[in-house]
Amino acid sequence: MGSKRTSRRELLKGGAALAGGFTLGAVAPALGQTPASGQAPAHDHPMIKGSKELIAYGERSRFVTSVRIAHPIGGRPSPDAFGKVFHVATPLQDSVGVITPSSLHYVATTRGSFMPDIDPKQHTLMIHGLVDRPLTFTMEDLKRLPSVTRLHFIECAGNRHNARQTNVQETHGMASCAEWTGVLLSTLLKECGVKGSATWFVAEGAEEVKGASSMPVAKAMDDVLVAYGMNGEPVRPQNGFPLRLVVPGFEGIFSTKYVRRVKLVDRYYLNYNDFGHLDEDAKVAALDYQIGPKSVITYPSGGQQLPGRGFYEISGLAWSGGGAIRTVEVSTDGGRKWNRAEFKGTPQRMAFTRFGYGWNWDGNETEILSRCTDEIGQAQPTREQVAKYWNVPFERNYRVPGLDNSVMPWRIARDGSVTNGLA
Amino acid sequence: MGSLRLLALVLLLGSTAFAQSAPTYGIGRTPTAEEVRALDISIGPTGEELPPGRGTVKQGAELYKQKGCAVCHGANGIGGPAPALKSKAGAEVPIWERERILPLRAPFATTVWDYINRGMPLGKEGTLTADEVYSLTAYLLFINQVIQEDEVLDRQSLPKVKMPIGSDYASLPDWKPKTRRLKDYPY
Repeated sequence: MGSKRTSRRELLKGGAALAGGFTLGAVAPALGQTPASGQAPAHDHPMIKGSKELIAYGERSRFVTSVRIAHPIGGRPSPDAFGKVFHVATPLQDSVGVITPSSLHYVATTRGSFMPDIDPKQHTLMIHGLVDRPLTFTMEDLKRLPSVTRLHFIECAGNRHNARQTNVQETHGMASCAEWTGVLLSTLLKECGVKGSATWFVAEGAEEVKGASSMPVAKAMDDVLVAYGMNGEPVRPQNGFPLRLVVPGFEGIFSTKYVRRVKLVDRYYLNYNDFGHLDEDAKVAALDYQIGPKSVITYPSGGQQLPGRGFYEISGLAWSGGGAIRTVEVSTDGGRKWNRAEFKGTPQRMAFTRFGYGWNWDGNETEILSRCTDEIGQAQPTREQVAKYWNVPFERNYRVPGLDNSVMPWRIARDGSVTNGLA
Repeated sequence: MGSLRLLALVLLLGSTAFAQSAPTYGIGRTPTAEEVRALDISIGPTGEELPPGRGTVKQGAELYKQKGCAVCHGANGIGGPAPALKSKAGAEVPIWERERILPLRAPFATTVWDYINRGMPLGKEGTLTADEVYSLTAYLLFINQVIQEDEVLDRQSLPKVKMPIGSDYASLPDWKPKTRRLKDYPY
């Protein structure tokens, strides 16, 4: 994309004759508009001069203004008065494809913290506890080892939708998806030799609170990633530079940022982050762990405006902690009829899947929704279905136990305005 | 004969590999015992990682003022902008109906020690001595009527503190790949 733009600029600067041999598509209309005198047409737009800075590191167009916001609305501000960051939501309403740009990826911290400014040359990961050989890895060590590159979403436990929110950034913006590169934790654990008595591991970060979580060794051996790369560059400081865990499909807090230590242990360790998961009910505890199948329509979504009746491709995202998305269905009549949506690309395990559904809006008021299933047969429920499972009366402000993966409705009014269907 | 000997060798190697795995890449270095000790701050329920030291309720009450805990958590653990540290309800109220307060609801006193040690005081994390963490833990457990005023906490006594929750909390499911997050839950 960048190179295409550059060549077009060079073309305009250098003149059609010079660039003609390189960019046929761009030169053709210029020729068409060019009078016999050979004079080039006037510029259609103001030109951006190349600066050293822009050559070194590109910027998005000044017309693209999509930004993150503190989450939730009316909650703790980020940054706060001290410059600490707590929860920041990604602008899903503007997203295309499945990758969240690193600079727009959602951010959450254990309790509100500064971003540690870590020199990667000083950073190490120590693995110890119930292993045959405790080992300390430098960043250089890790980059020598066989790597994997995988798309994975990460979602915060606080990513819940309610009637007070107005747009998809507020309802679903505490989830993002990136391409992560690093070493499988299982590769490192095999290097250390995990003892048979190890059933859990504790992962710990290097930020000021040294956030630590307990996870099953079975998860570590399956797919946990020790990531140093994100979207083709080093993981950014807000996302855990220089090293973080990505724990696919588990609540976001497990994907330990700034990871500096992994300890193999023989029991659930109940450190502070685990205390946050403590529950009276075993079912709720389970539902607060692995993320269920979830989808949301990002276009049209709350706060957007349809210019008039006619064709729209409804677009949205689906994901599940249980694996790859198997189906997505869209309803354009408030949930009476469900239609199979099309995948944009092949669904990956524990990754955003973009879906689309072609729709002709007749100009009448309606409600649009999406629902999905995953590869292990879990289905995204409506709130009513969840209430029925728990055998409690359904009320408008019903709170789904565990992580909220219920269906999200968007209401479209006759004037084309889109609002929260829960309101 | 030769193949039998080979078989014996394979069996021997196999059993050795089972007891003690071999590294594949030989990358990474062995941390010294000192390095492990310095970093190993996750305190599990048995308290095996706890450092030597001791603390009393009285010392903890004093430190609670001195170290600025009261500024954020309120004079007696109530009423500050940070999470409350003292329950308003009494022991007659069931634990799950009482406030979600760390030194009250935690299943192990080690969890309280661990968090103070790793995360407090805000902005000065890592500055408390082991004695100070034992003392502050003792004070917070005392104001929630978990321990008596004259109890002394150290690496032996802290893991033995009986927390009011007992075993009245859910354990997590045995996680396996490609398994529903909750058996029989269709969503």
